[in-house]
Amino acid sequence: MIVEKQTPMREQAPDIRGRNFDEVPFGYSEDEAVREAERCLQCKTAPCVDGCPVGIDIPSFIEHVKSRRFDQAIAQIKQDNALPAVCGRVCPQENQCQGVCTLGVRFEPVAIGRLERFCADWEAEHEACCPEIAPDTPKRVAVIGAGPAGLTAAGELRKLGHSVTVLELLHEAGGVLMYGIPEFRLPKAIVRREIDALRRMGVEIEVNKVVGQIYTVDELLGGSYDAVFIGTGAGLPRFLGVPGESLNGVYSANEFLTRTNLMGAYRFPEYDTPIRVGERVVTVGGGNVAMDSARTALRLGAKESIIVYRRSEEELPARAEEVHHAKEEGIRFQLLTNPIEFVGEDGRLTGVRCLRMELGEPDDSGRRRPVPIEGSEFVIAIDNAIIAIGNGPHPLIPQTTDDLELNRWGNIAADPETGQTSKPGVFAGGDIVTGAATVIEAMGAGKRASAAIHAFLTAA
Amino acid sequence: MYTILSKRTLAPKIREYVIEAPEVARVGKAGQFIVLRLHERGERIPLTIVGCDASTGGVTLVVQEVGKSTQEMGDRFEEGDSILDFAGPLGEPSEVEDFGTVLCVGGGVGIAPIYPIARALKEAGNTVIGIIGYRSRDLMFYYDEFDAVCDELHVMTNDGSFGGKGFVSDPLREILESGRNVARVWTIGPAIMMKVCSEITREFDVPTIVSLNSVMIDGTGMCGGCRVDVGGATKFACVDGPEFDGHQVDFDLLMSRQAYYAHEEACALERYLAGTGEGAST
Repeated sequence: MIVEKQTPMREQAPDIRGRNFDEVPFGYSEDEAVREAERCLQCKTAPCVDGCPVGIDIPSFIEHVKSRRFDQAIAQIKQDNALPAVCGRVCPQENQCQGVCTLGVRFEPVAIGRLERFCADWEAEHEACCPEIAPDTPKRVAVIGAGPAGLTAAGELRKLGHSVTVLELLHEAGGVLMYGIPEFRLPKAIVRREIDALRRMGVEIEVNKVVGQIYTVDELLGGSYDAVFIGTGAGLPRFLGVPGESLNGVYSANEFLTRTNLMGAYRFPEYDTPIRVGERVVTVGGGNVAMDSARTALRLGAKESIIVYRRSEEELPARAEEVHHAKEEGIRFQLLTNPIEFVGEDGRLTGVRCLRMELGEPDDSGRRRPVPIEGSEFVIAIDNAIIAIGNGPHPLIPQTTDDLELNRWGNIAADPETGQTSKPGVFAGGDIVTGAATVIEAMGAGKRASAAIHAFLTAA
Repeated sequence: MYTILSKRTLAPKIREYVIEAPEVARVGKAGQFIVLRLHERGERIPLTIVGCDASTGGVTLVVQEVGKSTQEMGDRFEEGDSILDFAGPLGEPSEVEDFGTVLCVGGGVGIAPIYPIARALKEAGNTVIGIIGYRSRDLMFYYDEFDAVCDELHVMTNDGSFGGKGFVSDPLREILESGRNVARVWTIGPAIMMKVCSEITREFDVPTIVSLNSVMIDGTGMCGGCRVDVGGATKFACVDGPEFDGHQVDFDLLMSRQAYYAHEEACALERYLAGTGEGAST
């Protein structure tokens, strides 16, 4: 018998969670997971597998859950995905596996993300499984950047028996999973757990390594390494370029989230890094980072947290669940609104001047272009603004690597299937190649590149 | 972990540390900086490199105890102890070549980062005129070191307890007014001092380099907190600097941004001092 609706996942009530940094959803119990797994049709075509950027054998792991073989379910997932607890929480499943689910044609799709998350969390409470590692090879790979792309490439290459060293710039591995995505959406203990699992597989992770300065990519290749994977991400914050953007009180989303997440500023003064949030905060942008910023501002004490986005609700690029959660928590959406100036007094932000927009003809992205409405200018009085309109490529490796071809946006030019760059033995993947995208797409790129690196290392 | 190879007190609340970080020591250059973090709850502290010794793997830093973290470093981190994180070198090195006659103007703790620049300029063949300024004689440090790399050294104290009485800007103006052919000026110190020095050198049309210590988190181009206005364009002090053309820098904006967390910084220091010895860091 077909159950039309997904098994709901219990979560903290909006009025309570809006004031704490604990994770919003509680996850499935074993019984809830089994009930949801029973909804899967086990259809022969399994479009969900193609919908997954890392190609998890979804019907198989769901079948294991259904039969309460949770250990085998997580082992099945880990064959293709080194970070299941992360992906179960942050993947935009509605556009991927669940978006193509056969059951979803007529009813709600199977809650694949919630099941993946359940399996990963189940493992954390039981004996951890370690994927099978091939016998050691004499080959050594350097992975630059310990974010989703780099960690995935590292895990895959290690499984193939190669020695892998991940070189991370910051003091903690995880990349955007640590500095960007907030605790209430992705608890840092979970990220650390997944990274520990990689270490147990034998992946070496070294932090505080400023590759590009202490050694160049060429020096890595000429020294101890046979291949290099670059996964340094989209770390350079974009600003609007409007007047007043350097006033005190205007943050980039990167700064706002890094202070809070990586540096623990939400626990200042127990943690040494401060953050300032006033009563009224505007976040500019409509993606996941904007939702994260607006919701973080609320938790840091803002009385009113407002999303300002220049298009309409339909075009919001954020995951559906993030928009839903933000609305439940009382985030106000000021749509079809574009900031044109930050205004202040004595160097301190006091407001943002905006124009109202309407949607015109479709632009290059296929979305209807927002057009300003003449004479619609107005000012929102605010204490802080957070700019969450995207990031450019992290500049360090592109600037310090000779003969590394870049595209016109400054991203590294790499073959989308193999990650091969213009330099022999050097591969790249994730946001440093594509520009800012999702965690799982970066992981997919890391996985594809690892196959190409393996072929490169074992050729001849 | 990074071991403190040596620690010495240069003046009240000013200490010199040599920290073992061989990879940084091998390549770090004058003008660049590092970021360190003392412990798990610590903040990332950017500090300009004072010296790198590839043979010992030591990186020399001079730290003025102005806030909670620097005070804690002075109180609780001794020779032989380790600090948790140390990353660098970051930023662009100083442009060092034989310019002819150059002026290096350092004020207060800014004397530490300008010292290696003066030395590198001397080694590159320049005639180096040094001007260093302290609030008073008891805060003096690096006098002998500076003297050794300068062809001519002017020392100022605000209270006149050593050298000339007044500010570093006084001899700077005199030297430029005397008509000596100065090819370039470096000035590092408090923002207001760099501003005043840059205004003077502008009158004489002498290219002037300043080193900006904006508030930053990662130090690698990711937070944008260190953004400064240089010639009307927004630059990141961490990756585009930290050195910039002093005639183009909006110092008022810099000073305003440096003060944004003054309240939080004062609270953190007060809380730390109230709990000194109680393990405020644990």
